[in-house]
Amino acid sequence: MLLKIEKRPEPSRKMVYVTPVLALLLTVVTSMALFEFLGVNPVEALRNFFIVPINNKYGATELLVKATPLILCAIGLSVGFRANVWNIGAEGQLTFGAIVGGGVFVYFHDVDSVFLLPIMIAMGALGGAIWGGIPAFLKTRFNANEILTSLMLVYVALLLLSFLVHGPWRDPDGFNFPESRVFSDSATMPVLLEGTRLHFGTILALLAVFGTWIMLAKTLVGFQVKVIGAAPKAGAYAGFSQKKIIWFSLLFGGALAGIAGVSEVAGPVGQLLPSISPGYGFTAIIVAFLGRLHPAGIIFAGLLMALTYLGGETAQINLGLPVAVTGVFQGMVLFYLLACDVLVNYRFRFNKIGKVTS
Amino acid sequence: MSGVEWIIPILLTVITAATPLVFAGIGELVTEKSGVLNLGVEGMLLVGAVAAFVTATVTGNYFLAVAAGALAGAFLAFLFGVLTLSLMANQVATGLALTLFGVGVSALIGQDFVGIPVDALPKLAVPGLSDIPVLGPVLFGQDALVYLSLFMAALVSWFLYRTKGGLILRAVGDSHNAAHSIGYSVIGIRYLAVMFGGAMSGVGGAYLSLAYTPMWAENMTAGRGWIALALIVFATWKPGLVVVGAYMFGGITILQLHAQAAGLDVPSQILSMLPYLATVVVLVLISKDESRIRKHAPACIGKIFHPAA
Amino acid sequence: MKLKNIASLMGAAVVAGGMLAAGSASAQDKIGFVYVGPIGDHGWTYRHDVARQAVEKAFDGKVKTTFVESVKEGPDSERVIRQMAADGHKLIFTTSFGFMNPTIKVAKQFPDVKFEHATGYKRADNVSTYSARFYEGRYVVGKVAAKMTKSNIIGYVGSFPIPEVVRGINATALGARSVNPNVEIKVAWVNTWYDPGKEGDAAKALIDQGADIIMQHTDSPAPLQVAESRGVYGVGQASDMQHFAPKAQLTAIIDDWNDYYVTRAKAAFDGSWKSQDLWGGFKDGLVALAPYNEAIPADVVAMAEETRKAIMDGSVKPFAGPFNKQDGTEAVAAGAELDDAALLGMDWYVEGIQGKLPK
Repeated sequence: MLLKIEKRPEPSRKMVYVTPVLALLLTVVTSMALFEFLGVNPVEALRNFFIVPINNKYGATELLVKATPLILCAIGLSVGFRANVWNIGAEGQLTFGAIVGGGVFVYFHDVDSVFLLPIMIAMGALGGAIWGGIPAFLKTRFNANEILTSLMLVYVALLLLSFLVHGPWRDPDGFNFPESRVFSDSATMPVLLEGTRLHFGTILALLAVFGTWIMLAKTLVGFQVKVIGAAPKAGAYAGFSQKKIIWFSLLFGGALAGIAGVSEVAGPVGQLLPSISPGYGFTAIIVAFLGRLHPAGIIFAGLLMALTYLGGETAQINLGLPVAVTGVFQGMVLFYLLACDVLVNYRFRFNKIGKVTS
Repeated sequence: MSGVEWIIPILLTVITAATPLVFAGIGELVTEKSGVLNLGVEGMLLVGAVAAFVTATVTGNYFLAVAAGALAGAFLAFLFGVLTLSLMANQVATGLALTLFGVGVSALIGQDFVGIPVDALPKLAVPGLSDIPVLGPVLFGQDALVYLSLFMAALVSWFLYRTKGGLILRAVGDSHNAAHSIGYSVIGIRYLAVMFGGAMSGVGGAYLSLAYTPMWAENMTAGRGWIALALIVFATWKPGLVVVGAYMFGGITILQLHAQAAGLDVPSQILSMLPYLATVVVLVLISKDESRIRKHAPACIGKIFHPAA
Repeated sequence: MKLKNIASLMGAAVVAGGMLAAGSASAQDKIGFVYVGPIGDHGWTYRHDVARQAVEKAFDGKVKTTFVESVKEGPDSERVIRQMAADGHKLIFTTSFGFMNPTIKVAKQFPDVKFEHATGYKRADNVSTYSARFYEGRYVVGKVAAKMTKSNIIGYVGSFPIPEVVRGINATALGARSVNPNVEIKVAWVNTWYDPGKEGDAAKALIDQGADIIMQHTDSPAPLQVAESRGVYGVGQASDMQHFAPKAQLTAIIDDWNDYYVTRAKAAFDGSWKSQDLWGGFKDGLVALAPYNEAIPADVVAMAEETRKAIMDGSVKPFAGPFNKQDGTEAVAAGAELDDAALLGMDWYVEGIQGKLPK
């Protein structure tokens, strides 16, 4: 082989910032070919994917609206992933959080109190934590693999929500259509910017990001998460409880996903519907890894992912590109970003003695 | 109806519902046994389904169609391999991205093939045997892919535990550094395992678009790739149990539909939860024996291998 | 920004003057469509897109149509609808019930844009609603099915227990039992609009329990394919699915939005568009039946056609009394009929349907 990949003695600081740019360049080049092939002006296509969606105030806030649930779920998941806890059921935790948090309104819809929304948010977090706690219980008590249990619970939560909005929680004035009442003002996330949909949930997401950052950097439990993830044996030797970390990761991730759920239904959705999330909990897994499990990275990854969705809509409206192209385009962007990450920890080396290129 | 005859059609339905899961599950099991976690099963199923369907409509040759499905799945898996094995990208994220990509690509390829019917894969009829009451139609009246799925499960089981190749594959999955130091090409073996997994998912997709519901429609897998992934965990990485899990999952799905048709007074959403809940319950029951699971679960799954220079 | 305003003003002026000159696809000449599924679903969304193409054709390319497919109900739909409205679309069709509240919200912010929302019940000065009385088709088909069944069991693959679907099941039962009071309907809910495998499995389960006619309120042709392979009859959904089941399809209940979309688009451009509520059936051309299967005896076809015409001229009403609720108590007395409000929110079964309606 002419080209060899060699591990760097230390991760390259420079490459942490260079690789996303490189990936973007590669995306631009490849996607231009793709769009050309599809008979669309490549420059126009890229402009519609990346610039048009956010070239005004409303669009920019929409980006935040779309990224909020992704970031909330991803930041929660990232803690588990660091500790090798494979929670892939954030979608279910989000849904159950929305059920419990939204349920507060369903039963107390005539209450007009400033405490209603905070209680809903707290209950949403609790709901998510409960749904995340089940895999934790099954894992620590029965050794049941959390990949399977958390995934299966996604379907259970979705069906439960469907049952509730088709039955007991239907809007009594809604002609028996499967929707809850529309949430009242005191049960709705305050809008941050007049004339947009930017809501309090975004602040919650930012708080979660900073909180997690501090927790990982400064607290004992954060330290334990990192140690158990990187070297389980060393963690055990140091007396850290693996079980405790499993519980912590799933409860934490579940709670944040639950908050994402309630901030969606009490925010831009405004009521409980049969389906409240277009797969945020799953997409958040990509966001978490794309952000290298780092709080700051997750913000960028969440925004980028959200942008490709917005761009896909714009490209459909303005250029008539089918939604399938969005999927291909997203896949490509992600492939390049993930592939270029190799340069952070490794360098390419040509098999000529003494010559090193990085 | 009297006797046990009523069970035949139910069994037949369960078999067709379970077969795509068997293919995808067995393939991904081999991938995981080599220490690689590819979450892109859903995407590989879809490209397999569309490639097989397009080939079947254009050529009318089912053998070619199934082969095309396998190739398409293997090609997507190869992409995954390049990213995760050669470029050492994160496997979980790459697998998920692969699903996004596969959903999009299959929809693009298939857009001119929506609403076109194709004849279902012919059922084999073994003269004499297929006419045996009860057992005949169930055991001897299936299409070729059903037999292939079971054969592949047996073959993979035999390969993994009875051959040297299988031993090497498991060694690579359990301790890539050790396997490397003995002189095996960890990356090469993993490429093969990943592509085998893709090919099997592709055939599973072909089964969907040619036999289960002979048609092409966007996203027609409707989440079956995820179920297949869960079944491997459920099966504690044993090929035989993947088959059992797939048939159990399919069986409960079909039974709850029967319960509804029979007028059982339970909300359909609650009944629909049963296959998922049952899978969790059974997993809990079989997970207590920690040592047994550890014996079969590949220790290096998801971990990146880079040969120390 | 200024340029844009001037351009849109000019666009408006051009339209007002009725000078739809070729090539002058200015900002105001667009018609938008928001779809809940992919246009390749061969069901609900596919039929709306067929109608979109009919609009393009009717305007001979002078009007640009745009669409966004697979838009999730909830926040995404509001953004898409808003973006279309802000982008100078003159008329926007939002084609799923779940788009109702987002449509109303956006319509408030864009009073000059016209909206057409399918299957909802909230309207505004610039929001019309439209829906089709598919139950009229179900009633006719129920009668045909009752004549064709030997087992007296009709199997019904349901998506979600919402009024629209329940209404269809009830109309089928009323139609069927009007010619054969022994017919019973078995229902299997699959809890999805679209999962070919599961829809087919439900059809198989129903056939295994004695059904020899399969009806469906889900999107894919899978139940019909199952009917074909099992040698029983089925009824196509949304489009003519005869090529999927040449022997099995008795007929199909077709969603036909073409005329409505063209009419409303023209109205929007000539200035005669007004907010309205249309719940149209056979008479309005929104519901149609595919050609009858040759296996249906001539007298049954004649009966079906007679019923269809009678529904069109109003002499037959599917939900006219007397008929009973599932438990045998009287639902509607002789001489009375259910009004539209009762139909719109229907959440109970009529007599002849097995199983409890999930609540």
